Amino acid sequence: MIGPAIKVDADEWRHATQAIAAGRRTLVALWGGVGHVLMATRGPGDLGILQLDCPDGAFPSVAARHPPAIRLERTMRDLYGLSPLGAPDERPWLDHRRWAVRHPLGRAQATRALTPYPFLAADGDGLHQVAVGPVHAGVIEPGQFLIHASGETVVRLEERLGFVHRGLEARMIGADLAQASRLAGRASGDSTVAYSLAFARAVEGALGIEAPPRAQWLRALMAELERLANHIGDIGAICNDAAFGLMHAHCAALREQALRAAAAAFGHRLMMDRVVPGGVALDLETPGVEVIRRFLAHARERLPRLVSLYDDTASLQDRTVGTGVVPPELAGRYGAGGFVGRACGVAFDARKAFPYAPYDQLDFEVPTRTEGDVNARVWVRIEEASATLGLIGQILDGLPAGAATCPVPEATGEGAALVEGFRGDVFAWVRLAGGQVESAHLRDPSWFQWPLLEAAIEGAIVADFPLCNKSFNCSYAGVDL
Amino acid sequence: MSMPRLLAEALVGGPLTEPLSQDPELAAIGAELAEAARNRLGRSLAIRQVDAGSCNACELEIHALSNPYYDIERFGLRFVASPRHADVLLVTGPVTLNMREALERTYAATPAPKWVVAAGGCAIDGGLFAGGYACAPAGVGSVIPVDLRIPGCPPTPAALLKALLILLNGR
Ligand code: SF4
Repeated sequence: MIGPAIKVDADEWRHATQAIAAGRRTLVALWGGVGHVLMATRGPGDLGILQLDCPDGAFPSVAARHPPAIRLERTMRDLYGLSPLGAPDERPWLDHRRWAVRHPLGRAQATRALTPYPFLAADGDGLHQVAVGPVHAGVIEPGQFLIHASGETVVRLEERLGFVHRGLEARMIGADLAQASRLAGRASGDSTVAYSLAFARAVEGALGIEAPPRAQWLRALMAELERLANHIGDIGAICNDAAFGLMHAHCAALREQALRAAAAAFGHRLMMDRVVPGGVALDLETPGVEVIRRFLAHARERLPRLVSLYDDTASLQDRTVGTGVVPPELAGRYGAGGFVGRACGVAFDARKAFPYAPYDQLDFEVPTRTEGDVNARVWVRIEEASATLGLIGQILDGLPAGAATCPVPEATGEGAALVEGFRGDVFAWVRLAGGQVESAHLRDPSWFQWPLLEAAIEGAIVADFPLCNKSFNCSYAGVDL
Repeated sequence: MSMPRLLAEALVGGPLTEPLSQDPELAAIGAELAEAARNRLGRSLAIRQVDAGSCNACELEIHALSNPYYDIERFGLRFVASPRHADVLLVTGPVTLNMREALERTYAATPAPKWVVAAGGCAIDGGLFAGGYACAPAGVGSVIPVDLRIPGCPPTPAALLKALLILLNGR
């Protein structure tokens, strides 16, 4: 259980910053409020939240010592008008000067005129630029990429996001729990179960309640189905970007079967709005259990065959081995979770590090690799998908009987949760007052993965960018909110 | 398993699209779609998808249209990379202000005759985000003219297919 934020002064804030900069602790989240800033950090077995009051909006920059905080602070400035003193990058992030107001969550002011976004420069003889987006050629989320290249070689990639900023956290303020839970489930649609689970656990922590055991197991069942569907979809999509369409077709079919099983069992293909504060919205009936069992048997037979197809196709590995290498020390420094971190040896998994029910009673491995390339990110997904098949079997076997929800009091409190989505750890934090959300924060794992994509592509050829990008499959919506 | 073996199995063991033929309703819709596209356009229908602030779940289901179960290309529906080649703009999301101009420019770049389809609750009226500081007042229709709305959060692939058929037949 994560306790409420501890109030600190500026010196203690700086100490905490030093601890993450020195690698003694890992930054989990950094976010703003009106007249204060909050920071969550973790060490082995503990996760703590600090709050620094700053009535004038100025606070000692974390990014000044710890670059992974740069975009987080740019966001805090854009949304709340907070000023990180000594910040290394003062450019806006989410605010593209398209809103009627500046600092919409703080003391709102009229917006300034539109100016071109100042991308970072790259100097050198014969460099040229390749600009991509925000609307891409395929069916994917919008974002802008500026590549400086020397011939075919990437000298610098710079990402610019924020295009799908919907103002989700603002919509949460004042919302009742049902509405806020729906919003959380739409932070990043591919992780809707993970987000609604993180939100529900944060709310339950704030209210000092616990969902009944059956609900916790059903939540895990949905979370694992979501993980499996996404990993399989990703494996196919990565292979497709390496021009191996056969694998893509097989994986897409298996993913579709997972979604159909989810629809039959839980009434929604992506299981949206099925995890709610207090439990689950819909209990699983016997026919649903049977559908998942049948799917599980099929997937157990299918997955190994797809794995050998990947493994035996040398031309595919030609593209994936040694491509887009993330330096392990950088992944550690950024606290990168999910397959991005695990592919270069960062073994963090919220299900193990901060075990929440029922994972404390389940037997599973967290696979890691050391190479940090596209191939390693594919293999981590493959091994996680097969671990997930094991978990789904265990959950079906051990599913306790009993209620699937518990009453949720309309009370006041503060809570936070860290749960493992398919992309990595999703953090949720809420302050409730009389059954309504006073403020909330959701932190997508991609915050600490997007910057590593910039590092991984440096020195690669431009043509490898789509493949590398797909192997990261970072969320736009989850970061933009 | 080697690729030749997997290929051979696919040839002997029947194609992966087989489960679709077990869904007569979908097969009928597909056939009708292909026919309608031929009648109206004399060719297949080109779709340009635009994410105007989606949570990405709508995109996942649009992607599913290309999986072997739906395989919409065989019905003469294609996703194209350029708006210049598109007949239909399939727009998702509440239209964030940060995407508004990109959407307007995509619309302007699409040659007439063109249809705009708003897919999903967000696109239809802004959904949970309508009226916020970061979004258009009421979804896609408050930015460009909309011809068809597909409800759902997200709409299922079957719902998307049915709606595209209505679009082709109805105008
Ligand atoms: S309609 Fe639903 S699924 Fe589609 S973008 Fe909006 S919230 Fe996501």
